[in-house]
Amino acid sequence: MIPVKINHLSFSRNSHVVFNDVNISIDPGKVTAIMGPSGTGKTTLLRLIGAQLRPDAGQILVGDQDIHRLSQKELYLARRKMGMLFQNAALFTNLSVFENVAFPLREHTQLSESMIRRIVLMKLQAVGLRGARDLMPSELSGGMSRRVALARAIALDPQLIMYDEPFTGQDPISMAVLVKLIKDLNTILGITSVIVSHDVPETSSISDYIYLISDGKVAGKGSPAEVSVDSSPEVKQFMHGLPDGVVPFHYPAKDYREDILS
Amino acid sequence: MMKIMNRLERLGSSGLTICGNFGRCGIFLLRTLFRKPRFKKSFPLLIDALYFVGVFSLIIIVLSGLFIGMVVGLQGYNTLNKFGALAQLGQLIALSVVRELGPVVTALLFAGRAGSALTAEIGLMKTTEQLSSMEMMGVDPLWRVISPRFWAGFISMPVLSCIFSAVAIYGGYLVGVQWLGIDAGSFWGNMQSSVDFYDDVMQGIIKSFVFGFVVTWIAVFQGFDTVPTAEGISRATTRTVVYSSLAILALDFALTSVLIGGW
Amino acid sequence: MFRLRTIEVIVGLFMVVGFIALFILSFKVSGLTHYVSSKGYTIYAEFDNSGSLKVRAPVTMSGVRIGEVTGIQLDNKTFKARVTMKIEPSQNDIPADSSANIFTEGLLGSNYISLTPGFDEPPQVLKDGSVVQETHSAIILEKLIGQFMFNINKGEKK
Repeated sequence: MIPVKINHLSFSRNSHVVFNDVNISIDPGKVTAIMGPSGTGKTTLLRLIGAQLRPDAGQILVGDQDIHRLSQKELYLARRKMGMLFQNAALFTNLSVFENVAFPLREHTQLSESMIRRIVLMKLQAVGLRGARDLMPSELSGGMSRRVALARAIALDPQLIMYDEPFTGQDPISMAVLVKLIKDLNTILGITSVIVSHDVPETSSISDYIYLISDGKVAGKGSPAEVSVDSSPEVKQFMHGLPDGVVPFHYPAKDYREDILS
Repeated sequence: MMKIMNRLERLGSSGLTICGNFGRCGIFLLRTLFRKPRFKKSFPLLIDALYFVGVFSLIIIVLSGLFIGMVVGLQGYNTLNKFGALAQLGQLIALSVVRELGPVVTALLFAGRAGSALTAEIGLMKTTEQLSSMEMMGVDPLWRVISPRFWAGFISMPVLSCIFSAVAIYGGYLVGVQWLGIDAGSFWGNMQSSVDFYDDVMQGIIKSFVFGFVVTWIAVFQGFDTVPTAEGISRATTRTVVYSSLAILALDFALTSVLIGGW
Repeated sequence: MFRLRTIEVIVGLFMVVGFIALFILSFKVSGLTHYVSSKGYTIYAEFDNSGSLKVRAPVTMSGVRIGEVTGIQLDNKTFKARVTMKIEPSQNDIPADSSANIFTEGLLGSNYISLTPGFDEPPQVLKDGSVVQETHSAIILEKLIGQFMFNINKGEKK
C-alpha cells in the first residue's frame, strides 16, 4: 500500500493559477478526501498525481518515486499500480462490460482466457454486476457504469485508487451503493484511496482525513469531525453549505444602486 | 500607427499559432509512427480498424466509381464523336480515371466517409475520457487507438483507389461499348496500347498512397486534438473534411507536376 | 469470438477485391500482359524512317493484331531504323516475302506496323530471326503537306 506525498506543488493553466504551493500527504491504506468548491482544480490534482499533467513547481511522490521524473516506460509501469475512476465512468463504448473489465488484464498480462474470465467475474461480483457482463455500456445506468468502471479500475489489484467525483449526479440508492463499495474496497483490500468530491455528507462518512482546497491553497485539513467544527470562514461556508460568505453570492459587479439608476 | 501595430501583432500571433499547430501535428505523427510494434497484439487491432475504415467505405466508392466512369464515357463519346476519334474513348477513360479521377475522387470520398468518422470516433473517445482512462491504465492511446487507425487508412486508401478505377473503367465500358456501340476490340486495344503500367497506373497508386497518408493523418490528429465538448467534436469533423479536401487538391497539383516533370 | 472471425473474413475479402482491381488495372487496362508474355518468335525489319513508331505498338496483319514492336534501334552501318517485332507463336506461317508498312491509325492516332503477305508460291515462312525484306516507311504528314504546297507553288509560277 503506497503513500502519496505532494510537496510545494504549483500549477497554472493559461496564466490562471490553479495551485499555489500546496502540500498534501496521503497516508497508505487510508481514505483521504480532497474537497472544495467546483472549479478549484480537484480533478486537475488527480491528473497531476497520475502524471497526465506536469506541475510548474514542486514534486509528487507516489510510493518513493517522483512520478514526474520517470521515463515514459517507468511511468506506464507505475500507472499499473494506480486505478482511477473517472467522473463519467469512461467505459470503452465499443466493448461489452466483460471486455471492459478484461481490458487491463489483456493489455498487461499474459493470462489464459479461462484465468481472465475468472478474474473478471470476481471483480464484477465485487461490484454486484456479475449478471450484467454481456451488456454494452450504452445499456447501463449512470450508477451501474460507475460500478463497472470501478471493477475495471481494480482489475489489476492497484495499490492506489483515485475517485473523481464518484457521487455526482447519482440517485440516493446508487450513491449509497458507491459509498459502501468505496469503504469496502478500502477496508477489505487496504487500498490507499483518494476521493475528490464536493458531496460533504457522503464523503465525510467514509473518509479518514479531509483536505479542503480553496483558491489554490489548502484551506483546511483534519479528520471529518475536526473539519466540520473548523472555525475558518472558508471551511465553515463549504462544510455547511452556506449561500453567502467568503465565496460571495454575487458575482463581482459595481454597486447595485449605481448600476440600476444609471 | 497603433492600428497598424495591432494588426501586425495579430498577424504575428496567428502565424505563431499556425506554426505551433503544424509542430504539434508533426510531433504527433512521429510519436505515432516510431514506436515498437507489438505484432501479436497489434494485428487484430489493425484488422478491426481496416474493417471500420476500408470496408465501410467500399459501397460508396464502388457506386461513385461506376457513375463517374459512365459520365466520363458519355462526355468523352460526345466530344470524340466530333473528331471522328471514337476509337480513342477507351484511352480517354482509362487515362483520366487511372491518373486523376481515381486517386483524387477516392481520396475526397474517403475523407468524407472514413476521415470524418475517424475524427468523430476518436474525438468522442477523448470527450468521454476514454483516452485518459486508457492512459491511466498504463496503455498508450497512441499505440492502442491511433496507430492502428492510421495504418488502416494508409493501407485501405490505395486499395479503394484501385477498386474505384477498375469499376470506373467498367462503367465507361458499359456506356461506350454496351450502350453506344463502340467496338469492344478497339476500346480495349487502344486503352492497352496507350496506358502504361509504370507511368500511369503506378502514378495513380503513388498518389493514392500519399493522399491516404495525409487524409488519415489529418483525421486522427483532429480527433486526438478535439476540444472535449460536443461542439468541439462537430468542429473537428468539419475541419477534417475541409483540410483534407484542400490538402488533396493542392497535393494533387504538386504531385502531378513532380511526377510528370520528372524532377 | 465469432464476430471477430467474420470481420477478419470480410477484411480479407476487401483486400482480395483490391488486388483483383489492381490486377485488372495492370493487365486489362495497361496491357502489361503483352509485356509479360515473352513467348513467340522475333523478326526484324529495316525502315528508312520509323516515324513516331513506339515500342509496344501493335503489329497487325489484315487488321488483326498478331504481335508487337519490342525494340527500335538505329543500325550504325546502314543508318536505317531496325525494328524488332515479336510475333505470337500461333502465327507461324507468314510468307517470307511479306512486306512491312508503318501506318497511322486514323488521322490523329498512333503508328503501327502492318504486314502484308507476299505471293511466294513455294511457301517459305518467317522464322525466329528472319528479316522482312520489303518495307515501306512511315508516311510523315508534314512532309506530304510540304510537297503538296511546293507543287501548288510551282503550278502557280507557270
